[in-house]
Amino acid sequence: MPFIQSAVSLAVPAIALGLLWSVMVIGIYITYRILDIADLTVEGSITLGAAACTAVIRAGGSPAVGTILAFICGLAAGLITGTLHTKLRIPALLSGILTMIALWSVNLHVMGTANISILRMKTLFTPLANLGLSKYASWIIMGGGLALIIITALYWFFGTELGSAIRATGNNPNMVRAQGVHTDTMIIVGLMLSNGLVSLSGALIGQSQSFADIQMGMGSIVIGLASLIVGEVLFGKRHFYVRLVSVVLGAVVYRIIIAVVMELGMNPNDLKLFTAITVAAALSTPHLTAALRGSHKLKPNS
Amino acid sequence: MLTIANLTKIFNRGTPNEKTALTGVELSVGRGDFVTMIGGNGAGKSTLLNCVAGVYPIDAGEISIDGVSVNRWSEYRRARFLGRVFQDPMMGTAADMTIEENLALANRRGKRRTLRWGITSGERARYCKMLAALDLGLESRVTSKAGLLSGGQRQALTLVMAILQTPKLLLLDEHTAALDPKTAEKVLALTDEFIQTDNLTTMMVTHNMRHALTYGNRLLMMYEGRVIVDVKGEDKRRLKVDDLLGLFERASGQRLENDRMLLS
Ligand SMILES: Nc1ncnc2c1ncn2[C@@H]1O[C@H](COP(=O)(O)OP(=O)(O)OP(=O)(O)O)[C@@H](O)[C@H]1O
Ligand SMILES: [Mg+2]
Repeated sequence: MPFIQSAVSLAVPAIALGLLWSVMVIGIYITYRILDIADLTVEGSITLGAAACTAVIRAGGSPAVGTILAFICGLAAGLITGTLHTKLRIPALLSGILTMIALWSVNLHVMGTANISILRMKTLFTPLANLGLSKYASWIIMGGGLALIIITALYWFFGTELGSAIRATGNNPNMVRAQGVHTDTMIIVGLMLSNGLVSLSGALIGQSQSFADIQMGMGSIVIGLASLIVGEVLFGKRHFYVRLVSVVLGAVVYRIIIAVVMELGMNPNDLKLFTAITVAAALSTPHLTAALRGSHKLKPNS
Repeated sequence: MLTIANLTKIFNRGTPNEKTALTGVELSVGRGDFVTMIGGNGAGKSTLLNCVAGVYPIDAGEISIDGVSVNRWSEYRRARFLGRVFQDPMMGTAADMTIEENLALANRRGKRRTLRWGITSGERARYCKMLAALDLGLESRVTSKAGLLSGGQRQALTLVMAILQTPKLLLLDEHTAALDPKTAEKVLALTDEFIQTDNLTTMMVTHNMRHALTYGNRLLMMYEGRVIVDVKGEDKRRLKVDDLLGLFERASGQRLENDRMLLS
């Protein structure tokens, strides 16, 4: 059965990669869907996570420490964007861009060079590999396990008083202030949590490929939005836990789609163009269908 | 309860669009007073309530609630003292959250948001009872999104949210203006019932002179950023629409002809 074999050899790496990236997509879900902010900090904070974690490992530190440090660095990046936006009243999009640009320099400092390798050094995946698991199996278990823990923790968090107030802030900040909640703080907490997860994802990706590269964050926000939309289209907007699961599944399906189009012979150079066009099409669909319906109303005979 | 001294609010100061919305307003509202406020478009009624709520910084003057000067307090801090319902039914609730989630958020007004669960089962039972008392059928829809409610239902919900934690001061800014007349009467009757039950200190803006005369124990009329008429107690009870027009003309030196205030 050569077809099944090639399908498996195509899908398994895609699923594994998708699960590692899904942690980032969960982070983007928090800003884009819950806070209603398009946060470009992501492009810098994912690299920051990879850079911090690989730097720790290279210096002989434990991979767990490196991964946790990556998460903390992401929190800091989110704090900066949140402060620029809420305290200094810079528009959210621009605040994210400013932090992203600043992080480029920060990341170069953290890594010392434009890319660092941790080839054959111990990573979070090493213990699993020592159990005799294949590379992709260890990614799937680690990425999938972490994603499951994270969405369960977020499901709990967004049900708490604090989490509910954050959700409401993305929905109607006027009402939230009238109920005595400092919306600035809610936005900052949301941005921190989001970027913490993005950096955590960066740490996982860096360890999986055994290197960090200054360029690796480029286009990550678009990959994240594409994954979000794929998840929502396939699995709908239902119960909150289901939504979180669909975010993870969206990240996986996105990677499978990419693997398939590459298999079909798409030039890798065109990948970002392909993703950008897909996201643009998906984001504009509601507007375009509404506009089309509107124009039909103007022409009752058609 | 509420003391306002020499309150001045200027929008877009120093620009060609400069607009003085309040000029030296002096006002003192006692505990348990139910003040109705009328005045033409742009008289400054909303601005006055928003300055009390801390939505805008003020240019001069002093606002204190229950003896506490709140001049430097931002909007979210003042919220611990205030219940508010807005003209726009969309303003008061989070549309994508359920009715009970909205109530739970309001039930924690003025409290720190912790990592405790956002809504308890005891609260749920209490909300169901309160909603059932509204007689709008909301008690069976506590897990529906607030965005699915009609304007009147949303205003009733916002009203319940405003009084769930008894406010020191209830601010109502034309909260029935977006509703059809029948629903408006119903929401207004509810409002009055809540105010009487809890003896709430209230300021209610309305464009309906009959409502302003029927409800409350004190009536204020605003004109060009000032309070020009202030009638209380027995005088207020005896007041008729015609008297109001006379009072307005005497106080403002203007003849009332096409003012929106005449539409009652
Ligand atoms: N945010 C703002 N920026 C600039 N000017 C404002 C703002 N809000 C109100 N104004 C101006 O201040 C004046 C008072 O407005 P306000 O909304 O308080 O009137 P109002 O008495 O509530 O009127 P209405 O009955 O129409 O609601 C108006 O001239 C208005 O144009
Ligand atoms: Mg107004």
